Amino acid sequence: MTVYLLRHLQVMLFSLGRLWRQPVASLMTITVIGIALVLPAGLFVLSENMSSLSNRWDSASQITLFLQKDVNPQQANQLSSELQSWPEVEQLHYQSAQQSLEEFRQLSGLGDVLDSLPNNPLPAIIVVEPADDYIEKSIISQLVEKLNALPEVEQAKLDMEWLQRFRSINQMIQRGVTILAILLSLSVVLAIGNTIRLAILSRESEIRVMKLVGATDRFIRRPFLYTGFWYGFLGGLIAWITLVFTMGLLSGPVNDLAGQYGSNFSLQWFGGFMVLILPFTGAILGIVGAWLAVGRHLHLIEPS
Amino acid sequence: MINFTDVYKRYPNNYEALSGLTFSLDEGEMAFLTGHSGAGKSTLLKLIALIERSSHGQVLVGNQNLSSLPKRKIPFYRRQIGIVFQDHNLLHDRTVFDNVALPLVIAGENHREIGRRVRAALDKVGLLSKERNLPIALSGGEQQRVGIARAVVNRPPILLADEPTGNLDPDLSREIMQLFEQFNQVGVTVFVATHDIDLIQTLPYRQVILKQGRLA
Repeated sequence: MTVYLLRHLQVMLFSLGRLWRQPVASLMTITVIGIALVLPAGLFVLSENMSSLSNRWDSASQITLFLQKDVNPQQANQLSSELQSWPEVEQLHYQSAQQSLEEFRQLSGLGDVLDSLPNNPLPAIIVVEPADDYIEKSIISQLVEKLNALPEVEQAKLDMEWLQRFRSINQMIQRGVTILAILLSLSVVLAIGNTIRLAILSRESEIRVMKLVGATDRFIRRPFLYTGFWYGFLGGLIAWITLVFTMGLLSGPVNDLAGQYGSNFSLQWFGGFMVLILPFTGAILGIVGAWLAVGRHLHLIEPS
Repeated sequence: MINFTDVYKRYPNNYEALSGLTFSLDEGEMAFLTGHSGAGKSTLLKLIALIERSSHGQVLVGNQNLSSLPKRKIPFYRRQIGIVFQDHNLLHDRTVFDNVALPLVIAGENHREIGRRVRAALDKVGLLSKERNLPIALSGGEQQRVGIARAVVNRPPILLADEPTGNLDPDLSREIMQLFEQFNQVGVTVFVATHDIDLIQTLPYRQVILKQGRLA
């Protein structure tokens, strides 16, 4: 058993040595594989970051209660303190109709138009922040219904539509990542398969000699499979390095942007996960590609 | 050791290379296979090495019926036969040592045994000092001796040679034949295809002469 493993290790290093002796050609193949692998990995990182952003915003979801016109500030205050005692409510904030008007005047720049109106068209509002336990989608819609049923409330509105849109976009990207990953995996398999095919053809006479002195198909196949393994593995490493580099370039601007929104969000890039998954995936794809090439071409080469 | 019984070999283009050939070689015998070009010498050797299979008739090698040997067992069968080629068939990107070691590596011998046996084989053919050279740095006669060392390194009971002296001058040819005789003296069955009539006339071994695919 140890002899067997030792032999595998020898073939593994031997195959690596062969790549090393043709550094330019090997590096080109490996780089192609690296680029093919880094694209889905990069998009995956992007979509994971978007998910984590949208999860943060979950806790920022608010319910705005538009109060009936005839509710006076006193009644509104009463309602506020009643709501405050509900377990579903974490915090709330009352804004009178007059305050709404001032806010709108400031934000819209339409002050003149407002002045020409006979009375304030805006309602008083109460902004409710639900407690953490009630943020989940099904529960929060129950809360919205309950608030809607209050006589003082004309309409309770959950400010989550934009978040749902954001999530739809993210789902689209995730699906895109999957499709891209499948397509690019296929291209890695084909690229490695083709490289191995050329390697087999360039060693045709050597393969003949080996068969003549009693080499089994397994013995002849092995170094080619390991060559495929190395192409994929090293391609995965290149992909990882590219990813690290790209993230390094992006993290500065992203932090700036987040800072401008007053957020402490920073780019997650799954370096530890990727350093395992990229070379591993690459290696598997490499072996598959080599296997396909070897299966198609090796038995055609027989001594004559 | 080698038994041909009524063996025919017909190629897809209907060319009949061997026609009803019957002959045998005893264990430990040394013999020459001669005849004009195209008489079927190469085909005969290919049948023994299982590079080709007979169209008809029985080929027995060491009590093994070759027509019933499954394809996956061919590598293991070939390990019992050393083959020397006219054009050496060496691997030019590997050293003399690695070339000779190839059959042992393939058979899965351990490292120490490989070193020991390769050096013994190279010593036998007088090339121990060149084990680190690449084949390209050797003369034609030396390359052929590397080929012989590779053929005998795993001590096969049968040694086949296809025109081993085809490209060598008479002195070198004689040396090569002497090597074959030495292997024969330790019990190896040796079968050499050659048309070097002048050389083999001086040697006391049987000649199997082919003419148009039959014994002459």
